Amino acid sequence: MTALVRDPRARRRRSLRENLEGWGFVGPALVIILGLSIFPAVWAFFLSLQEWDGFSDPVNVGLGNYAAMVSDSDLQAALVHTLVYTALFVPSSVFLGLFLAVALNRRIRFVGIYRTAIFVPFVASAAATGILTTYLFNPQFGLVNQLLTGVGLPAQGWLEDPSQAMVVITIMSLWGQAAFTTVIYLAALQDIPVELLEAARIDGASNWQSFWHVTFPQLAPVTVFATIWQVIQAIQLFDLVYTTTRGGPLGATETIVYFLWDAAFKQLQFGYGSAVAYGLFAVTLLITIGVTVYSRRSSVKAF
Amino acid sequence: MTSLLTQRVDLDATTAATVPKKSEKRMRPSWWHLVLLPVAVIFAVPFVQMFLTSVTPASDINRFPRPFFPSAITFDGYAKLFATSDILLWLGNTAIVSTVAIASHIVLCSLAGYGFARLTFRGRNFGFIAIVATIMIPTQLLMIPTYILFSRLGLIDSLGAAIVPWLASAFGIFLMRQFFISLPAELEEAALIDGCTRLQVFFRIILPLARPALATLAIFTLLGSWNDLVWPLIAINNDQAFTLQLGITNFQGARRTEWSLLMAGNVIATLPLILFFMFAQKQFIATMSFSGLKG
Repeated sequence: MTALVRDPRARRRRSLRENLEGWGFVGPALVIILGLSIFPAVWAFFLSLQEWDGFSDPVNVGLGNYAAMVSDSDLQAALVHTLVYTALFVPSSVFLGLFLAVALNRRIRFVGIYRTAIFVPFVASAAATGILTTYLFNPQFGLVNQLLTGVGLPAQGWLEDPSQAMVVITIMSLWGQAAFTTVIYLAALQDIPVELLEAARIDGASNWQSFWHVTFPQLAPVTVFATIWQVIQAIQLFDLVYTTTRGGPLGATETIVYFLWDAAFKQLQFGYGSAVAYGLFAVTLLITIGVTVYSRRSSVKAF
Repeated sequence: MTSLLTQRVDLDATTAATVPKKSEKRMRPSWWHLVLLPVAVIFAVPFVQMFLTSVTPASDINRFPRPFFPSAITFDGYAKLFATSDILLWLGNTAIVSTVAIASHIVLCSLAGYGFARLTFRGRNFGFIAIVATIMIPTQLLMIPTYILFSRLGLIDSLGAAIVPWLASAFGIFLMRQFFISLPAELEEAALIDGCTRLQVFFRIILPLARPALATLAIFTLLGSWNDLVWPLIAINNDQAFTLQLGITNFQGARRTEWSLLMAGNVIATLPLILFFMFAQKQFIATMSFSGLKG
């Protein structure tokens, strides 16, 4: 192409036109996205060095907000609740997704109906899920307790019991999000060469053996990806807490993001809230990098 | 991340490909029904309860134990909901937010995706890396400065506050760029030689070809913008500008015991997406594997 354009002036004109054209295509979206992400992210860092309620004059406190985080017992409690939720949610969502994908990955009658029933909850919003949760798990008349007492088990407090509320939130998160891990496992299952499984069968492997020794290792990259993704989702839990318990009972479901929202928008501590947000960002980044490096080293290519 | 994010599922393909198709041979009974049937029932129960409770008469709600199936069907809950709340206004607000979000995503993200995929210009790689890097930034980090920014722009408490963050997204650009890269270039080259401008090529040739990717983009945007809660919660306190999700969340505190009304609100907020899902299940599932974004 360049050989055709001999005159350097013409070439410069052409490249100016190309640059304008290119930026014309990408410019509008770029301005919006960077303006609503990189710019506020940098601003948040400066905010995190201040004490400010949005009205009075901001006070520079240097790294004071970050120092305060270390000794904040409420934040530590929120961290523990978030870790509890992560430990409950991530393994169960990955296993459930794997299990459902294996179950749905076959041509049997009604499989379309099963699939629809399992996938439809993905469209439920946190607001809708929250209302359904308080109804289904209501200690007095909820369906779950009706079923429990029906089979002779004692009724539970569920969302009103500090030791059970997070379990209920996990169950309903799984209900709404099982479709995601199921779909990515389904896609991966379909990518496994049929020859591999046939070879295993000819060699006399049982279904169970060929699953654990042939299929499961092939799914390793998806497992790594799903785990990272679900961890990131889990440590950002807010919506379902807000629409079910609002952090209660007795603060038992107050997560880091709930704490952040409360600090920033209820108590108007914009500086401290920003510092907590940066802490959360750093943790997310470290987990992602850590798992990626680990899986690269053990030669599982998830990214 | 690219390979997994853009992976697609073919619903009709299975690894157990040895089983002949429906038409060729009757499907054999399978033990898997014993697993799948109870799981499907458990997954269906919350929505079934939602629909049933929304048409349950108050006398059933107060009975103990509460019956699973209503003794009669009544639309009192819906009637009371429409009479005593602004639910239709909120439905309209959410419809506006989602419509603008989808339209804007389709135009801006496909323009940018095409630019990054096909055009050569100074700063292209830098711009694309900057966009992809923003995917790593959690929304929590942006809430406080965006709130301050929007209040200075006078957007807080207006519907604009809910719309502006949904005008374009890094995911959308990423998705469209991947699609355009996979498209053969010969078509547009022929049109360019015939004297079409880039914009003409884009709107007449490229966009019609991009329909599958645009469907994914539209569903992704619809799900996110329709269901968004945390941002409207922060940015909108004026109940005339409430979104549907914000409205029904507010009910939960105010109308705690009016279960048929609450569930009627829930049905109105959820049914459009459920119907959409039933209607375009394949596209939804393709979108799920792409995003997994929720909440």
